[in-house]
Amino acid sequence: MAAEELKTGPLEYRSQEGRMGILGFWIFLGAEVVLFATLFATYAVLFGRTADAPTPAELFEPGIVLIMTFLLLTSSFTCGLAVNEMRKGNTKGLTIWMVITLALGVAFLGFEIYEFVHYAHEGATLQSSAYWSAFFVLAGTHGLHVTLGIGWAILLLIQIAKRGLTNKTSRKFFVISLYWHFLDVIWIFIFTSVYLIGMVI
Amino acid sequence: MHITDILVTGEPIIYAAMVSIALVTVAIVFLLTYFKKWGWLWREWLTTVDHKKIGIMYILSALAMLFRGGMDAMMMRVQLAFPNLGFLDSQHYNEIFTTHGTIMIIFMAMPFLIGLMNIIVPLQIGARDFAFPYLNALSFWSFFFGAMLFNISFVIGGSPDAGWTSYTPLSGAAMSPGPGQNFYLMGLQLSGIGTLATGINLMVTILKMRAPGMKLFHMPIFTWSTLVTCFIIVFAFPILTVALALLTIDRIFGSQFFTLTGEGLPMMWANLFWMWGHPEVYIVILPAFGIFSEVIATFAKKRLFGYNAMVWSMIIIALLSFLVWVHHFFTMGAGAFVNSVFSVSTMLIAVPTGVKIFNWLATLYKSKIEFTVPMLWSLSFIPSFILGGVTGVMLGMAAADYQFHNSYFLVAHFHYVLIAGTVFACFAGLVFWYPKMFGHKMNERIGKWAFWLFFAGFHVCFFPQYFLGLDGMPRRLFITNIAEWLPLNIISTVGAFGMGLGFAVFVYNIYYSYRYSERETTGDSWNGNGRTLEWATTTPVPFYNFATVPYVDEIDPYVRMKEEGKTTFDETKLKPIHMPSYTGQPIIMMSFLGLASFGLIFEWIPVAIAGLIGGVVMMIVRSFDYDDGYYVSVEEIKRIERKARGL
Repeated sequence: MAAEELKTGPLEYRSQEGRMGILGFWIFLGAEVVLFATLFATYAVLFGRTADAPTPAELFEPGIVLIMTFLLLTSSFTCGLAVNEMRKGNTKGLTIWMVITLALGVAFLGFEIYEFVHYAHEGATLQSSAYWSAFFVLAGTHGLHVTLGIGWAILLLIQIAKRGLTNKTSRKFFVISLYWHFLDVIWIFIFTSVYLIGMVI
Repeated sequence: MHITDILVTGEPIIYAAMVSIALVTVAIVFLLTYFKKWGWLWREWLTTVDHKKIGIMYILSALAMLFRGGMDAMMMRVQLAFPNLGFLDSQHYNEIFTTHGTIMIIFMAMPFLIGLMNIIVPLQIGARDFAFPYLNALSFWSFFFGAMLFNISFVIGGSPDAGWTSYTPLSGAAMSPGPGQNFYLMGLQLSGIGTLATGINLMVTILKMRAPGMKLFHMPIFTWSTLVTCFIIVFAFPILTVALALLTIDRIFGSQFFTLTGEGLPMMWANLFWMWGHPEVYIVILPAFGIFSEVIATFAKKRLFGYNAMVWSMIIIALLSFLVWVHHFFTMGAGAFVNSVFSVSTMLIAVPTGVKIFNWLATLYKSKIEFTVPMLWSLSFIPSFILGGVTGVMLGMAAADYQFHNSYFLVAHFHYVLIAGTVFACFAGLVFWYPKMFGHKMNERIGKWAFWLFFAGFHVCFFPQYFLGLDGMPRRLFITNIAEWLPLNIISTVGAFGMGLGFAVFVYNIYYSYRYSERETTGDSWNGNGRTLEWATTTPVPFYNFATVPYVDEIDPYVRMKEEGKTTFDETKLKPIHMPSYTGQPIIMMSFLGLASFGLIFEWIPVAIAGLIGGVVMMIVRSFDYDDGYYVSVEEIKRIERKARGL
C-alpha cells in the first residue's frame, strides 16, 4: 500500500498496487493453466470413447477451424497493437485496435457456435458420449473465457473513455491483454491436440 | 412442489435439529435487535476488509464447523458402540460420515488455518494488510456461503451420502438422484473459489509486501509454510474445480464423463479427486508444521534449529505431494509397475518430514522449555504425529496396502495425522496468538484441562482403531455387532467423548478468559519471549498494524530489537498511511453466487440464472468502483500509538 509512485516506466507498473495486481494476475493465469491442463488430460483420457456417436474424424473439417484459428491469432496481434498504443498514451488508437480485437473475438465465437450446432445436428452432443462430453467442455470452457473476456474488455473501454489512461486503467487494460493472449495460447493447443489430431486419428 | 419434497422429514434427530436451528436463529435475531447491534455488525464485521477481522471470522466459523463435524463424529461413535440401539439407520449413517469428513477437511481445517494466516502473516512480514483486501473479503464470504449451503443440506433436500471422496459411479445421477450430491458439489465449488483467491492473495502479499530488507530466507517459518501452501493451493485447486464441474455437468446436464453409459470412466473421478486431494492434505499440514515451529522456538527460547533445512523440506514435501495421488487407490488395479512408482514416491515424503521432526527435537535439545498450553499441544504433536506418519509409510507399501485398504487401520492413520497434526496446530496457534487477536490470553489452567482431556481422548479414541483395522473392520460400516470388534469400539467411543469434553472445556475457556483474563498491556505477550515481528506490534493491534515499518535483515528480528531496546515505532518517520475502505460488495456478490448455487443444487435453472446475473452485476459494479481508500493522518497515528505505548 505504499503511496510512493515511480515517475517513469509504463503507467501500469508505476504504483505498488499496479505491480501487485499484475503479479497476482500472472499467478491466476498459472492456476488457469492447471485448469486447462486438467481439461486437456480429461480429453486425452476419453479420446476414442465415442460410443454410438460419430467419431471426430467424421465431423472435424479443416476449413472452419483454420478460419477460427486465423481470427483468434489476428485478434491477439491487434490486442498487442492496442497495448502499444496505450504505452504511447494514445487512447483513440487503443480503442480502435481493441474494438477490432473484440470484433475478431465475436466472429470467432460465431463460428464456434455454428460449429457446435452443426455437430449437434450430426448427432454429437454433450450427452452422446464421454468423448463428446470432453470435447464440448474443453472447447466450451475456452469459448466461455472468450465471451467473458469480451464483456470485460467492453467495461474497460467504457472506463478508459471516461477516465483516460491512468495508473489504474492502464493496469486493468494490461491485465486483460495478458488474459487475451493466454486464451490465444490455449486455442493453439486446442487446435493442434483436439482438431489436428482428431482429424488424423 | 410440496414442502415435504424439500424439507427432510421422518427422522426425530433431524426434527430436533430443525427446532434448534430455528431457535438459535430467532435468538440471534432477537439479541441483535434487542441490543441494537445490526448496524455495528454490518459496519464493523460484514463489510470489513481488515485482514485481522476477516481472520477472526474465519476462526469463529471454523470452530462452529468443528462443533458440527464433532457432533457427526459422536453420533457415529454412539452407533458403533451400541449397534443394537437403532440410533441411526444406514442412510443417516452414510450421510453423517460424508458430512463429517467433508466439513472437517474443507470447512474446518482449511478455514481455521487460513484464519490464522490472515491474522498473522501480514503482522509477521511487517505489512499493513493483504495485497488485495477486497478479494480477501470475497474469499471469506465465498467460504462462508459454501459452508452454509453444505450445512443446510441435512434439513433441506437431504445430505450427500457418497463419502467425502464422492466416488463415481455411486455419486453420479443414476445412483444418487436428488439434491444431496449437488450440495456437496456446489458447496465445495463455491468455497473452492475463495480458497484459490486466498492462495493468490497471500502469495502476492508475501512476495511483494515484506518489510524493507526482509529477504525470503529472513521470513518467519509460519510465513514460509504459508507461501509454500499457497503454491500448492494455486496448482491443486483448479483440478478440484474441474473435477467438481465435470461431475456437476454429468449430474445436471447429462454429460458422460464418469457414467457407466456412453463409455464414461468412473475411475477418472478417483484420479482427478486425489490429484487435488493429496496436495490438499499438505495444504492442511504444512501450515500446522509452521505453527509448531513458531511455538517450539518461542518456548524453547532458541532460534529454530535448521531453519534452512526446514524451509527446503517444506518445498520438497510440496513438490512430492503432487506425485503420490495413486496411493489412495492401489487396489484399483493400475498394475505392479504403477503401484511401485507411487509406493516409492509416497515413502520418499517420509524423508523431508523426518528432517523436520529431528529439527524440532534439536531445537528442544538442552533448551529451557516453558510448558505453556501452546507448547503442550506442540510437544504432544511430535510423538502422536509420528505414530500417524509411520503407519502412513505402512499404508504406502502397495503390497501391504491391499490388506489395510479401506479398513479402520486407514481411518486411525489419517486421524492420527490430521488431528495430531492439523487440529493440535489449530489449537496451539489459536492459544498462542490469542492475545494478538483479543487483547487477553486464554486461561492457562483451564487450557491445560482442555489439552489433557482432548489429548487423552484422542489416543483412547484412535489407537484401538489400528487394531480394529488389523482385525478386519472396514471403514464406513454401519453394523458392527460382531463380538470381537465390540470391546475396542466401546473404548474408542469413550475416547471420542473425551475429545468432545476437551473441546467443550476449550470453548468454555474462551468465555471464561473473556470475562476474567488479565488484559494485555504489552504486545509481547508470552513473558517477552516473542521472536518475530507480530510480537513487536502493540496489543490490541491498531488497524494499520505498523505505524512505521521496521527494517529487517535477519531471522527473528524482534529478539535483537529487544536486546537493543528498540521498537518498530519511530515517531520522526511517521507518514500518512493509505488504507482500503470497507465495502458491502463482497458479501452481496457472494450471496448472489450462493443463490445461484442453491438453484443449481435443486436444478431450478431460473433461480440459478437469476443468482448468476446478480453476481455478474456485482462484478460490473466492482469494475466501475474506483474507491482508492483513504489516508490516516499523522496526528491520528500519533494519538493512537501514544495511547497504546503509554508514551
